[in-house]
Amino acid sequence: MIEPLIHVQNLVQRIGSQEILRGLTLDLFPGETLVLLGKSGGGKSVFLRHLVGLMRPVSGSIVFEGQEITKLKERELEPVRRKVGMLFQDGALFDSMNVFDNVAFPLRERGEKAVAVIREKVAQSLAMVNMAGHDHKMPVNLSGGMRKRVALARAIISPPDVILYDEPTAGLDPIVSDSINRLIRRLQRELSVTSLVVTHDLVSCNHIADRVALLDGGRIHFLGTPAELQETRDPIVRDFVDGRSGETVY
Amino acid sequence: MLSILNGLLAPLLTTLGELAMLAWETICSIARGRVRGRLTLKQIAEVGFGSQLVVVVTGAFTGAVFTAQAYFQFASLNMETAVGPVVALSMFRELGPALTGLMVAGRVGAAMTAEIGTMKVTQQIDALRALAVNPVDYLVVPRALAMFISMPLLVVECVGLGVLASYYVGVHVLNINGVYFFANVQRFAEGSDIMMALIKGFVFGGLIVFISCREGLCAKDGAVGVGRATTATVVTSSLAILIANFFLTMALNILFPAGQR
Repeated sequence: MIEPLIHVQNLVQRIGSQEILRGLTLDLFPGETLVLLGKSGGGKSVFLRHLVGLMRPVSGSIVFEGQEITKLKERELEPVRRKVGMLFQDGALFDSMNVFDNVAFPLRERGEKAVAVIREKVAQSLAMVNMAGHDHKMPVNLSGGMRKRVALARAIISPPDVILYDEPTAGLDPIVSDSINRLIRRLQRELSVTSLVVTHDLVSCNHIADRVALLDGGRIHFLGTPAELQETRDPIVRDFVDGRSGETVY
Repeated sequence: MLSILNGLLAPLLTTLGELAMLAWETICSIARGRVRGRLTLKQIAEVGFGSQLVVVVTGAFTGAVFTAQAYFQFASLNMETAVGPVVALSMFRELGPALTGLMVAGRVGAAMTAEIGTMKVTQQIDALRALAVNPVDYLVVPRALAMFISMPLLVVECVGLGVLASYYVGVHVLNINGVYFFANVQRFAEGSDIMMALIKGFVFGGLIVFISCREGLCAKDGAVGVGRATTATVVTSSLAILIANFFLTMALNILFPAGQR
């Protein structure tokens, strides 16, 4: 039996008086692309932040490659974070640096000094996300889709074991969304990375997912393949898939 | 009554605790050599070089106006030549460090909070952490080192310009005897006064940088939150400088007693 790369057990998180996660349990296996669906504000991004220690749960455990990470101190999390690439919703590019310096940042921080090596790896990374030739642009001068691509180039420059995508296609037009989806697939194929994609975009889900999970009420309500998602009769899943709010129109 | 006290005390103690923890973490990082040379040099340019105009104007005009006021009072007692040492000692011991601190808090502290706060609310600090880079090492350590190096030098510059302006106004505008002016300044101002200015500059620099960085790192609620944090930095830093100045004066006067010449 394959051991999960990330094993999440009974994760609970509260923000103020609101219970965001209510005992979430989920496994992420090596090499797969798992898409986590759910309503806006349902706790998907909050869950993702727990996987790299950006948030601490109230209770529950997250085991990453056999190591429990919820109790680790900030500096003890650094080796785990080096194995994970994270794509934030709006890219979270450093706005004081141009595209080249943003992408080169992880390399420089990990001690790479050779200018030629940095230049070559940045060029490769940018080419992979179809952003070659934009090295000197500042983040403020990039479109939403371009920012996400650059952020992805930054996330993969030191090839990670896992990539966490937070709403990679949110706010993008269908054509740019499609190119991001293809990019996620390509990265999985070429770098053999494990991916967890948080989204509410069903088109994206059908394009990239090996497995799909639906987060509802702070728990995983459904877990299966994209085909099973389409076929299920579960009313909560059906409402989500068919886009029904359940509200009456007067 | 107890709840009001609790409402006032709890946030104050939380803030003080967070400041102490940030200062401790920064000092530990510096001690362990987690220093980024290029970023530190960039911050020194920002804090030191970028503050030249405000420090020059503050020092020169404070010295000039203080000289004029002291002269108007002392002239009626025929003590014009005491103006030089009075201005010099005041500039070294009090006005130079306090005014430099207030000006740097307004210019540099506010900018630090705005920059770090914007990074916080746009998830750039989360991105740093996700890339296994500690925000204290990357953002606070260079700023703290730059402040610790630059502030004492800025204070000395402010004091020096204040004394020079005092000499110019006193001797060339108000016709105080230049030889007496200079001799009295030399007679009364000592190395201990310079030490006091340097120590105060160092301490005020620490207050500004830790208050500014903490406010930035705790910023929330978008642009409004960054604005609030920036205002809080200027107000808190200024009050902290004025309060710390009193206690430092009392403490340093034990080490470097005034009036022992």
